[in-house]
Amino acid sequence: MDIDSNQARMAEFLRDSRDKVLARWCELAMTSSAAGGSADELRLELGDLYALMLRAMAAADESAAGELAAALAELSRTRARAGASPGETALSVFTLKDAVYELVADSGDMVPEFLAFSRLIDELGVHTFETFAAAREQIIADQAVSMLELSTPVVKLWDGIIAVPLVGTLDSARTQLVMEKMLEALVATGADHAVIDITGVPTVDTEVAQHLLKTVMAARLLGAECTICGIRPQIAHTIVSLGIEFGDIATKATLADALAHALGRSGLRVGPA
Amino acid sequence: MDDQPIKSGDDVVRVRQLVRTAAAAGGLSLVDQTKLVTAASELARNALVHGGGGAARVEAITAANGRRGIRVTFTDSGPGIPDLEMALTDGWTTGGGLGLGLSGARRLVDEFSLTSEPGAGTSVVVSKWSR
Amino acid sequence: MERVPIIKIGQVLFVSIQIDLQDDSVLQLQEDLADELAVTKARGVIIDITAVEIVDSFIGRMLTMIGSMSRLFDAETVLVGMRPAVAITLTELGLTLPGVRTALNAEKGMRLLGGSV
Repeated sequence: MDIDSNQARMAEFLRDSRDKVLARWCELAMTSSAAGGSADELRLELGDLYALMLRAMAAADESAAGELAAALAELSRTRARAGASPGETALSVFTLKDAVYELVADSGDMVPEFLAFSRLIDELGVHTFETFAAAREQIIADQAVSMLELSTPVVKLWDGIIAVPLVGTLDSARTQLVMEKMLEALVATGADHAVIDITGVPTVDTEVAQHLLKTVMAARLLGAECTICGIRPQIAHTIVSLGIEFGDIATKATLADALAHALGRSGLRVGPA
Repeated sequence: MDDQPIKSGDDVVRVRQLVRTAAAAGGLSLVDQTKLVTAASELARNALVHGGGGAARVEAITAANGRRGIRVTFTDSGPGIPDLEMALTDGWTTGGGLGLGLSGARRLVDEFSLTSEPGAGTSVVVSKWSR
Repeated sequence: MERVPIIKIGQVLFVSIQIDLQDDSVLQLQEDLADELAVTKARGVIIDITAVEIVDSFIGRMLTMIGSMSRLFDAETVLVGMRPAVAITLTELGLTLPGVRTALNAEKGMRLLGGSV
């Protein structure tokens, strides 16, 4: 017998024995799942899945398979939100196999149908796992973007002077974001001076220095001058031994010094009131 | 998919506009759009000035994981580039003070491939993905 | 071919690039500026690229050449209004436009020239 007629016979069997199989499935799923939820809720959920599966197996319409996949994905997400592991959700699906097996084991004449059915259930179980993993990956990716955004603030220090405090390693992705935000801030505030504070940058090697230089170059194209501050004694040593030259870019030890320098360039000076 | 012949300075402008429209529709950020269009401008000009004219093809592409991108293919049937390695080094120029801009264009895109045979023309394919 | 208009305001030549220029137009601009500088003896040139979306290596080099050429006429050039996306792209290309001063807008550009004009 080919796969389709196997499936059709199994579908018929499942339809005829619906109540028995569904009840047993709920029992087994209840015990395998640590997630909360009442037996009634579970019966409703599994009942829906059962119906969808019958439709998909009967190959009645194209949308059945898609709806089944979507329903499983939703089940996976709901369980994940309730604190269940993806394994538990997959197990709930796999227990249907046990429920069916208990009923066909005695007669022994539905072996090929059962095998085909078993394979189908395996695929569905794997699908719930993959949905869970994909959802997690998306959350992680979104969080990474948020973190990058949060750690790149641009503040206005004074009329015409903005500060860009850098926290964390300065890689090319961060540099891109820093350039974008700094340049946008220059345009928005009409500033002509940017202070780049690298106190929070753990190491300054030739690559980081390149990124800093790029950032300064970009600011200069918009008519703004830059001062780099936050040079800690340890990184000063590294910078010098690596032979990194900051050329004509002003560098200061502290933000305060950099602010004084920038004010001076604007023709301002701070004095007693 | 759009094909644009490159036979004049106006065509180079048209290529820029074609790529800009496609990049914006393809979900690229403003900075990425600018980078891709700038690279396209360099390569279109190369095809015109060094390749004796050619064509550009702009296509929207999708990666296996669903990410969208834009691919631009430049072809010309000019003399070809005799020394690829040198051409891809920064600052290489031919006569007239006009650099090939190849190395610059390469830095602006995510994927860059170049095939050139002396006497059989040059083909450059670049693509940029949305984030 | 589009010709970029050059407007004289006091001692300053003002150029505003509004459209996507093709190479010939940029070369023409260079020639026209040379003519104007010679005739008017202007001391400053402001090139407004606020509306320019793309500056590639050719245009970048032309802008640098305009700067050098102006200096031959004892005039200073200020490039104003570069868009952030353009600045980032030029930086990636390694084009620093040496010899050309820059400012956020025409007003600041005029102030920059104010000292020397």
